[in-house]
Amino acid sequence: MTMMESQRPQTKSGDVPPPSPVRRLLPWLATERHRLALAVLLGALAIGSGVGLLATSAWLISSAALRPQILELEVAIVAVRAFGIGRGVFRYAERLVSHDAAFRVLSSLRLAVYSRLAVVAPAGVPAYRRGDLLERLVRDVDATQDLPLRVLLPYASGAVVSLASVALAWFILPAAGVVLMVSLALAATLVPWITARSAAEAERATAPARGEISADVLTLLDGVNDLGMSGAAPRWLERLAEDDRRIGALARSRARAAGLSAGLGAAVSGGSVVAMLAVAIPAVRSGELIGVNLAVLALLPLATFEAVAAMPGAALALGRVRGAAQRVVEILDAMDPVPDPVSPLDPPAGDVGVTLRGVSARWPGGVDILTGVDLVVPSRRSIGVVGPSGSGKSTLLAVLSGFLPYSGSILLGGVELREMTGAAIRTVIGWCPQVPHIFDTSVVENVRLAKPGASDDEVRGVLDAVGLGPWLDSTNRGIHTPVGDHGALVSAGQRQRIGVARVLLAGHRVVLLDEPTEHLDEGTAEAVAAELLRVLAGRTVIWVAHRDHGLAELDEVVSLDRGVLR
Amino acid sequence: MPRPLDPRLIRYARGVRTLLIGSVVVASSTAVLVVIQAFCLADVISRVFLDGESLDQTVAVLVLLGSVVLARALLALIGETLSQRAATRTSAQLRAALLGHVVRLGPVWLSGERRGQVATLATRGIDSVEPYVARYLPQLVIAFVVPITVGVAILTQDLLAAVIVAVTAPLIPVFMVLVGMYTQTATAKQWSTLGALAGHFLDVVAGLPTLKAFGRERVQAEQMAEVDSRYRRATLGVLRISFLSSFVLEILATVSIAVVAVSIGLRLVSGTLDLRTGLVVLILAPEVYLPIRMVGAQFHAAAEGIEAADQVFTVLAVEPALTGATTEIIWDDVVVDEVSATYTGAQTVALSPVSLVLRPGHVLAVVGSSGVGKSTLIAVLSGYLAPTCGVVRIGGVDLGSLDPEAWRSHIAVVSQEPALLGPRVADDVRLRRPAASDAEVGEALRGVGLDPATLPDGIHTRVGDLASDVSAGQRRRIALARVLIGPPDLILLDEPTAGLDDVAEAEVMAAIRRLADGGAAVLVVAHRPSLIAGADEVVQLGAIGVGA
Repeated sequence: MTMMESQRPQTKSGDVPPPSPVRRLLPWLATERHRLALAVLLGALAIGSGVGLLATSAWLISSAALRPQILELEVAIVAVRAFGIGRGVFRYAERLVSHDAAFRVLSSLRLAVYSRLAVVAPAGVPAYRRGDLLERLVRDVDATQDLPLRVLLPYASGAVVSLASVALAWFILPAAGVVLMVSLALAATLVPWITARSAAEAERATAPARGEISADVLTLLDGVNDLGMSGAAPRWLERLAEDDRRIGALARSRARAAGLSAGLGAAVSGGSVVAMLAVAIPAVRSGELIGVNLAVLALLPLATFEAVAAMPGAALALGRVRGAAQRVVEILDAMDPVPDPVSPLDPPAGDVGVTLRGVSARWPGGVDILTGVDLVVPSRRSIGVVGPSGSGKSTLLAVLSGFLPYSGSILLGGVELREMTGAAIRTVIGWCPQVPHIFDTSVVENVRLAKPGASDDEVRGVLDAVGLGPWLDSTNRGIHTPVGDHGALVSAGQRQRIGVARVLLAGHRVVLLDEPTEHLDEGTAEAVAAELLRVLAGRTVIWVAHRDHGLAELDEVVSLDRGVLR
Repeated sequence: MPRPLDPRLIRYARGVRTLLIGSVVVASSTAVLVVIQAFCLADVISRVFLDGESLDQTVAVLVLLGSVVLARALLALIGETLSQRAATRTSAQLRAALLGHVVRLGPVWLSGERRGQVATLATRGIDSVEPYVARYLPQLVIAFVVPITVGVAILTQDLLAAVIVAVTAPLIPVFMVLVGMYTQTATAKQWSTLGALAGHFLDVVAGLPTLKAFGRERVQAEQMAEVDSRYRRATLGVLRISFLSSFVLEILATVSIAVVAVSIGLRLVSGTLDLRTGLVVLILAPEVYLPIRMVGAQFHAAAEGIEAADQVFTVLAVEPALTGATTEIIWDDVVVDEVSATYTGAQTVALSPVSLVLRPGHVLAVVGSSGVGKSTLIAVLSGYLAPTCGVVRIGGVDLGSLDPEAWRSHIAVVSQEPALLGPRVADDVRLRRPAASDAEVGEALRGVGLDPATLPDGIHTRVGDLASDVSAGQRRRIALARVLIGPPDLILLDEPTAGLDDVAEAEVMAAIRRLADGGAAVLVVAHRPSLIAGADEVVQLGAIGVGA
């Protein structure tokens, strides 16, 4: 042991290894400890009833063989019937209580994951492929419910029943208690350990492999148009078949482990019956054990092993949970790229301008996209920033929205941007992204999120201002038209106008527009641009675009090229 | 209750048949061993307790008992491995069939909410078929073979106990069906709640930047907590019912065992039964109920899998828009003759009657205000949407009589939001011609005004790395480069220059012209005057008359 310790790489004193991901989840379990404790008790009573049923039956039959008065058996007969009923009742109650507790734990964990994402998004979330993100949220978080249901509860209630059975056997014949204890201990520790060891690798590899297949499926579905046309579909289906073969190989090695566990479990429980007879038979001969109890001891292991039967499965589940927990913890631990200042300043009041001095910025892990940008946007003025794709326009807007850290200085109405909280910045600065997200709800709710409490008329007003009036009039339900899965029911142009409508409704003093007239044809673009500037009059506007069509009415237009203003 | 054995699944998955045969062999061997074990145990106990025999006298039986234990352990190992193998093979076959068919059905069918549903079905749904095949099906066989074998063994020992078992055991499947019928709708509901929840999560997470921009991310968290607790209550309601089935079965089994035990005891007292027989029956009785009850326990996981399998088969039964069989296509003018179209389930006409001709070497621009049906026209020409009226003809042959795969091998579409498939940019560009060299890939990219040198890692840039800051314009150009590298006979472009600056637009237009000069017929949905000016012919949708 010392040898192994000394071979480990030296760590700085005071360094503690990161706690295991599963342990990191325990605080969430602790919030439901009362429900979980009740579930353990009910589970123990359920298995205990099974043990009681077989043990009392064995005693009843053995005693009856000596042909006593029937009254002497009355208690045993009642007990047998009670155990018969109790088992089902306790089991039913246990399953309901444990699932309720597990779902509650799951809800709060899900919320914690979301809350962390809410802090670090968008820049702090690496460019996961979308399928992977879905996988993480739904499957990994869901998978952690196995921790209470399939790991902790079976272990706890199994341990309670095992101890009670060993005590009973010890009371009847101490040597029998030892036999039962040893075999139960083997079944509860060695068998799960061997099982988990032989399955560990496969279990670990399964979650990423499933993530891979899920990402591939989503890419395929996204690209169904491009694949169908290009004759490349068979290649992609083959790729998925390859994913499936990999998952299949992993599942088979998991099955071998499960088979090993079932086999070993059967061997240990059957073996304990033989061992029990081997110690009990001489005890009967010597008079140490009364004959009536021989059948009780012989059948006790068969019933008690139900208590440990779930443990190899629990060990396997623990391995699975560990993989999922690891990825959940990764999100919980994701760094905030723009941490709020310790003592933040209040956002400026009144009309504000924006002044950039030597501003450089990059996305986490990338190279500088903006280098030394100087820009003065006076209060209530509108400025266009024009540059080709990839010149840093969107990065500039992300910095101004408080989503990205920067070096240099950005003054918002005289207050340095990094001295304010992100939320405070965004009460002043409104951002309309190039592809606004459309939530799976109605048009009116999609716009109203910018200003909760806004009336339908107010929302309709901004929708008219961005030129969506005629479209809404043509639909049956007007502003209450549902826009479906990720905005699939609206066109790209309508989508962008909804994004602009949001900023208008929110009434931000500084408005960032990212290609607001993209997807519009020339004539409409100019009309919308003029209309936008009219509606936004009196606010500070930064408008980025890759071409200067429709920007003629802006107060000033500058050009951005490869992160540098010209 | 879902059918215990979906015949479509058996027909479909070859793995399932061998599994069933293997399960029968393993199950009957196990049943025989269970009976031998009970006889050994009862024999030893009775001889020691009543006849006062010693360890030495009973050692032969103990050795037999030990061998039975080892044999059972071995069978447990084999059974487990066998069933998992069949399960993975089945799920792989189902997934391949589902996705293959979805590709045939195409983007029109896959639009809207269906995309999320199919995504859930193809991953989580098909995964849940595995427990159904690996656990439920073998258990179904065991639940049939073992109780009958053990029941016969009890019959040879004690008629009364055999009658009790024979009356109560069949009640278990009866109750299972009754309770199952009650829970079926609940299971279906759970499935749809699950899909809705997954969609809600993705929606909210994808929209996080937007929520943050308006300071709404915290409020959304509260809403999410509420959705979650609603989901939890709904699921618990379902579980309360579905656990009821195993509750009924468990009570039935344990109460029957208690009844058997008490009846044996009473008859022992009256002297009509001996201890050895009594013990055999007591040990064997639980073995009759256990496998049947296990079916109930596996029912949970299985129900989800059966539901998912059913959904897969429903999708597989959907007819594609084109079902023709002619694979021989003699290329000629594509004539669109008074074609109109309506999406399935929609009330409004998506495309009013239009006529046009797509000639090899010609660039035809389609203009019209938003929503006039330009994308619908492309869907019809792609063969993903059948015209409601009118006909598309190629060399006089109706498009509807052509094999869709053969037809699509002649055309290429660049949609407004093409997908990048990856893993690298070069793989994407090679989509139509996997054998293209790196040099050709680079040339194609430059041909659409996208210099690979501006990408972080050239043509080997991972698409995933690009995804965060690649614009729709860049995506469209990569998609256009695919067309350049494997030119088809008909090219359908949906606003190919949106999102591009003037220089890039000119490059893209030059590329389109080169494709046309190479003999391709080109249809361009256009907004920009410059793009319209570059066309040989302009068709106004939603208006009478054809401009020049």
